[in-house]
Amino acid sequence: MYRGKSLPTDPVETHSGSLAFEAIGMTFPDGTEALREISFSLGKSEFVTVVGPSGCGKSTLLRIASGLLEPTAGSVDIDRERLGYVFQDATLLPWRTVQGNVELFAELHGIPPDERRLLARETIDLVGLQGFEGHYPKSLSGGMRMRCSLARSLTLKPPVFLFDEPFGAVDEITREHLNDETQQLFQQEGFAGLFITHSISEAVFMSTRVLVMSARPGLIVAEFEVPFDYPRPPELRFDPAFAELCGQVSHELRGYHS
Amino acid sequence: MVVLVVLVGGWYYVTYGVLTETRRFLLRPVHKVIEVGFLDGGNRTDALEALWSSTRVAFIGLVIAICIGFSLAILMSQAKFFERAIFPYVVVVQAMPILAIVPLIVFWFGTGQQARVIVCVIISLFPLVANTLHGLQSAEQGMHDLFTLHHASRSVRLRKLMFPAALPFIFTGLRISAGLSVIGAIVGDFFFARGDIGIGQLLRRHANQLNGEELLAAVILSSGLGVTVFLVFGVIRDRAVGRWHEATSGRS
Ligand SMILES: Nc1ncnc2c1ncn2[C@@H]1O[C@H](COP(=O)(O)OP(=O)(O)OP(=O)(O)O)[C@@H](O)[C@H]1O
Ligand SMILES: [Mg+2]
Repeated sequence: MYRGKSLPTDPVETHSGSLAFEAIGMTFPDGTEALREISFSLGKSEFVTVVGPSGCGKSTLLRIASGLLEPTAGSVDIDRERLGYVFQDATLLPWRTVQGNVELFAELHGIPPDERRLLARETIDLVGLQGFEGHYPKSLSGGMRMRCSLARSLTLKPPVFLFDEPFGAVDEITREHLNDETQQLFQQEGFAGLFITHSISEAVFMSTRVLVMSARPGLIVAEFEVPFDYPRPPELRFDPAFAELCGQVSHELRGYHS
Repeated sequence: MVVLVVLVGGWYYVTYGVLTETRRFLLRPVHKVIEVGFLDGGNRTDALEALWSSTRVAFIGLVIAICIGFSLAILMSQAKFFERAIFPYVVVVQAMPILAIVPLIVFWFGTGQQARVIVCVIISLFPLVANTLHGLQSAEQGMHDLFTLHHASRSVRLRKLMFPAALPFIFTGLRISAGLSVIGAIVGDFFFARGDIGIGQLLRRHANQLNGEELLAAVILSSGLGVTVFLVFGVIRDRAVGRWHEATSGRS
């Protein structure tokens, strides 16, 4: 069920900031059963990551959460007003500068020009793209494009933020930087995050909870609480407890890798 | 530039080396063509007037073709149903040999400026429709998803997504169509051979009177017009989309 609009007044007081899947099933018209009986929820200050093998239905799950796709079974409980959603690729409009791209969502939501310019300025600073406002996407690196895409969603101050493998296409070092930053953003902005990735260390580093998904049909097969406090320093990656947890997730994932 | 020198050199070679004195009227030397065709006062006035007339016809035809082409492409981009219903007819119009319809146009519209403009429209319509439509459909699914997520209306989607995405294609179409429109203007003028004298009638007259120099000058004039149009639209395209479009940047 779609909960309809809630006014973007005070996100702390309202229901916004949580998401619940109830027995979601998805079978495509061609007979592919992508998802079966997916049920889980995330609360206001949670950052949940789903890891799973390629093609297990992770993107499909997010498309269902966002309303782009109707599930064939079950229901989603989510406030879709001002939903944050970044895709696997940055999907920037090539004819707009960084500034113009970041303003897009605010523009589509009818926010007046002065206000959205301010919002864009703010989130461009937040993702560290100051000085690149006038650049076109073709002259940005992959990491910068992703930052721009993040900034674009942040202008809406989303209570719920969906991430579909956003850092899959950037190099390892950039990815770690972006992980550090995303984790800080999660803290500062206080959204509920649902993150999809292939990378186990990325999952463990940023999340409060990691879910492991199996393929064909996609099922949640394991769940891990991540006990580390925020903000998490980059050195956490060298912590034995961190490595141990990564190992456990990896083991679980391997068991279902076909 | 080198190519130009070689061409002019080859021309002189043919004129003085290959052709004998008595057959030299077939290809006049370059300087004679320039002297008689462009520097002679009367001929120059004729040529410029013809040039102006043909340019005007081509321009009006192009503007009309743009209006029709855009409207059709936008309509077809809104629903597959319209595309299936309309596109075949656009193909038919494009496939008709222009020579076959010229008599029909004379029959319906006479031989005035109107008729010539119609020839231009018919000949330049297809690249505009096809390129604009292709461009409007070129935005990635992911970008459409963004607009869907944020509840964009049809017209917002068209203005902020499909149209900008189509611009590089539109300019490519414009460039081709502008060239075709010039050809249309000359061909129409050549066949109708009445009314305002354009480059087509100039060509015909000089060909009939065996004025070698003037004929060659008119040929140069007509291709010059075509090339100018091609270059001008190239510059316009680079101005408009060169800054962001991957493929057009860095080229002149
Ligand atoms: N529109 C569709 N029609 C039919 N099958 C589809 C459709 N979209 C996705 N699928 C299938 O559903 C399954 C899940 O796809 P999905 O894109 O959600 O996987 P994923 O986990 O995101 O993969 P990746 O990690 O490679 O991004 C795949 O087997 C895919 O082939
Ligand atoms: Mg995916």
